[in-house]
Amino acid sequence: MSEPAILSCAGLRKSFGRFQALSAVDISVGRGEALGVVGPNGAGKTTLFAILAGALRPSDGSIAFEGRDVTSMDASQRCRYGIVRTHQIPRPFLGMTVIENVLVAAMNGGGLSGEAAWAAAEAALEQTELAQHAARPTQTLGLLDRKRLELARALAMNPRVLLLDEIGGGLTEAELEGLLELVARLKRSGMTIVWIEHVLHALVASVDRLICMSEGRVIAEGAPAAVMADKAVAQTYLGRGVQ
Amino acid sequence: MLEAIVQGVLLGGYYAVIAAGLSLMLGVVRFINLAHGDLAVLGAYLALAAIAFLGLPVWWAFALVLPVMAGIGWGLQRFLFARTLEGGFLLPLLATFGLGAVLQNGMQGIFGSETRSLANYMGNLSWAGWQLPFGLYVGVLPVLTFAAAVIVLGGLQVMLSFTKIGRAMRATSTDPEAAELQGVDARRVQRVATAIAFMLAGLAGMFLAMRAQVTPYAGPAQLIFAFQAVIIGGIGSLWGTLIGGIALGVAQSLGASISAQWFQLAGHFLFFVVLAIRMSSAGPTRERVLVWFDRIADALRLRTRGERKHAD
Repeated sequence: MSEPAILSCAGLRKSFGRFQALSAVDISVGRGEALGVVGPNGAGKTTLFAILAGALRPSDGSIAFEGRDVTSMDASQRCRYGIVRTHQIPRPFLGMTVIENVLVAAMNGGGLSGEAAWAAAEAALEQTELAQHAARPTQTLGLLDRKRLELARALAMNPRVLLLDEIGGGLTEAELEGLLELVARLKRSGMTIVWIEHVLHALVASVDRLICMSEGRVIAEGAPAAVMADKAVAQTYLGRGVQ
Repeated sequence: MLEAIVQGVLLGGYYAVIAAGLSLMLGVVRFINLAHGDLAVLGAYLALAAIAFLGLPVWWAFALVLPVMAGIGWGLQRFLFARTLEGGFLLPLLATFGLGAVLQNGMQGIFGSETRSLANYMGNLSWAGWQLPFGLYVGVLPVLTFAAAVIVLGGLQVMLSFTKIGRAMRATSTDPEAAELQGVDARRVQRVATAIAFMLAGLAGMFLAMRAQVTPYAGPAQLIFAFQAVIIGGIGSLWGTLIGGIALGVAQSLGASISAQWFQLAGHFLFFVVLAIRMSSAGPTRERVLVWFDRIADALRLRTRGERKHAD
């Protein structure tokens, strides 16, 4: 990784009571890089995201973004700085329309107002193929469209680092292809992406580098193909070889 | 009969204002402010104090009370309510219950326990009225109160529907944590909501003291009326709250035309009937009644820009 790190964490620990969700995690993401994160359930991937996005406080360790310590910043401040996260299980604002959901993100996280905010929201809906549903009440959306909305809200904030938590799960091959194209387009535009995903072939095809986590630790790191071929990864990940 | 209905509708404006504050805190900050009625009474006493001690003209006193109430709300949310909210949902209930007791005793200590009214300061406004056809007489003050209530609720509705802070409030009300992840400073949004709710309480308290009298212990009864208006109208809809306030006011004043005791009884009775319908499992009666309520609320609801633009 020759680019300087845009987001990094050092010695990150998180315990819930006696359970160690993360123990001493060091990760560094380069500017414009696409980093994939894999690992079995309970490996600490989602906890890592929650801490990077500021929804959870680490028990120990620090997080730096663009060279400054953001460990004590809360989630809303980090969004405004450009660290944006999507949820594995979509959490739309029910009772608001689709475009209003995206507007909240554009106006608060994106810092836009008036026409610029509407334009950003409409562009985000366009990118995620939700434009025709803009006026629908959010509670009428199905799961797939709720996932798209989760991504649209994130894009409306014009993130510098986008943390994607399993946006590919439950999609058909055709839908996944569209998603991969979108991620590739975002990457080309210079966005840094960290992506947790269980749909391995999608992830391996689109990221520059891959991290495998298990029991709160990073157990392998490097080129996607090399990580997937790693013996330790194969053993912990599925208990057998993955190809 | 017609007279009682008209008086009840106008009284409903007052209930809607006090209920809207309670409902806003319940929706956005997510706790029940048991001191809401006492805060309304505080608003009335602050206006009385501004007139008596500062010698302000009555309308200036009113204009002063609103920002003061907003400031108190902001500060209490910042330094008290936000902390108690971290300790689960019972703590804020207890904290506001205690706050109510402090307010009641504090006001009695400072102002004494005799009844007070703002009516004395308002010239002929407290008894002026219009003689209408069919022997109907309506007071200027109740009409002004009702008009103010509609304007205030309409303004709130516009704010919630179209502004950045309003959308942030609705987002925070659904899911504060997800709102934070869209860059919304949920704690600030909650402070704004509390400040507005306190202003509404203060405004309602001044309406009350103009129309009738207040004592330091008048708050809890007002809290109950506010609750009833919220429940009757349905939580989460401002126009619903107005309908709820009007329904409560009409029930009370129809009750009062039977006998004085029936003023409160009729209101409580309506409340229990609506509560029973709302709590009952979905059945044809409940559906028919609720659909009717929802249709009225929906007809009054403003369309947001996105909806209008894409509705066709």
